Amino acid sequence: MLELKNISFSADAENGKKEILKDVSIKFENGFIAITGPNGGGKSTLARIIAGIEKPTSGSIYLDGEDITDLSVTERAKKGISFAFQQPVRFKGITVNDLIRLAAGRDITISEACDYLSQVGLCARDYINREVNASLSGGELKRIEIATVLARGTAVSIFDEPEAGIDLWSFSNLINVFEKMRDNLGGTIIIISHQERILNIADKVAVIAAGELTAYDKKSAVLPKLLDSSYDACKVLKDNMKEA
Amino acid sequence: MNDTEKELLKIIADMEGTPSGAYNIRANGALESRATTENIDIRTKNDKPGIDIIIKPNTKGETVHIPVIIDQTGLSDLVYNDFYIGDNSDVTIMAGCGIHNCGSDESRHDGIHTFYVGKNARVKYVERHYGEGDGTGGRVMNPTTVVNIAENGYMEMETSQIKGIDSTYRKTRATVADGGTLIIGEKIMTHGTQTADTDFSVDLNGVNSKANVVSRSVAKDKSHQNFLSNINGNNACSGHTECDAIIMDSANVSASPTLGANHIDAALIHEAAIGKIAGDQLIKLMTLGLTEQQAEEEIINGFLK
Repeated sequence: MLELKNISFSADAENGKKEILKDVSIKFENGFIAITGPNGGGKSTLARIIAGIEKPTSGSIYLDGEDITDLSVTERAKKGISFAFQQPVRFKGITVNDLIRLAAGRDITISEACDYLSQVGLCARDYINREVNASLSGGELKRIEIATVLARGTAVSIFDEPEAGIDLWSFSNLINVFEKMRDNLGGTIIIISHQERILNIADKVAVIAAGELTAYDKKSAVLPKLLDSSYDACKVLKDNMKEA
Repeated sequence: MNDTEKELLKIIADMEGTPSGAYNIRANGALESRATTENIDIRTKNDKPGIDIIIKPNTKGETVHIPVIIDQTGLSDLVYNDFYIGDNSDVTIMAGCGIHNCGSDESRHDGIHTFYVGKNARVKYVERHYGEGDGTGGRVMNPTTVVNIAENGYMEMETSQIKGIDSTYRKTRATVADGGTLIIGEKIMTHGTQTADTDFSVDLNGVNSKANVVSRSVAKDKSHQNFLSNINGNNACSGHTECDAIIMDSANVSASPTLGANHIDAALIHEAAIGKIAGDQLIKLMTLGLTEQQAEEEIINGFLK
């Protein structure tokens, strides 16, 4: 179980500090948890804080009861946290196979690597020896990114907007990947997403808006309210509607 | 041959024992052993140090190994090797030089290689340079490669200097005739206070001639690299040259790709990119459980692979 206690984060802005996260406390139990909310609300920052890429200004993070707040990215990865970037990184010279081998943390056979690629809907033979460079499209990179997390198979897996940049045709496949992951992986899967279909397969949904956790409950309790109150995201729109 | 020499051969030429096919092994400035085949002759030059490698027309699928090893400190070795690659042949040439210097004097190898690639011939030329030894004497290699590609000839040149060469000046000059192609891939890593200068100049003289000159390098510690590359398009041709370098620590790299278009249908491109390892590359590999140092190694190994 992953627990965040009173996490705040501020970053330098033009006119002083900007508070990105304000006193967020949340417990992620085993299961499939979706985090949603307006753009700029702090979701990605929260994910980066869990992975150790950003350090919180205050607050603590616990993994199975152990305080991991001061652990590095590497140490957290070794303790079982995986993170799929919203914008996957490109590497000149490192092949897809290299990346999956590094993710698995051991020498794997080509057929094992291919298996992970097939799971994310890539025809493995065409990709295994390709470099993870600019010759791959954004959608291909996203799927390879997801495959690296599958290959790690850790207790906590965080995906930052996995659907971004993936075409509609491939989106159904992606849903299947996450459904399968929910059934097989067994740990905590946290997905940051705006997609209703992803929220629909979650056990619980958290809403983060303006740096605060505004809802966190079973999907059945959060989703209806969320879909009802979509105009809440825009104050101007809301005021206009009132005036009308 | 002693164990050091055997080890050097293994590193620069993947050779364990005697290779199959034609070969010429040069150790400490003298011939160590040689073999020829029905299609590939190797002859010692009479007028100057070096050999002629003569490949008969239509020779297909054969490999020639011509490694040079030096483990004697203070030795300065200069050779002229000429390669005559017969029309319509398709061969691989494995060259390379390994220096093991435990002494205090400079050990040096200057190889001047001239290629005559025949009509419709294909040749892959692989050259590896490597140095080792804990002596204070320098390990120096200054290879010069001159390439002449005849009509529809094709040459792929893969050179690498991965470790241990204190100073190098690598000069390459090439001319390409009608329909000919030259592909050059260079990999260099320098460390300590090493210096590496590379200097390519290619003349695309023929109609539909092509050249692609790509260098990837990593400069560590206080090392210095200088990359010069010039492609002249003297006919309807296409050329591309690229330098891609990673700098680390206090190293410095300068890159000067230049183009000369002397014909209206010459299409030429140059690119150069120099920078440190991107922070997000390190972070991505660290999220897979690698330490920062391991991540750095993987990125460099991949880059120079």
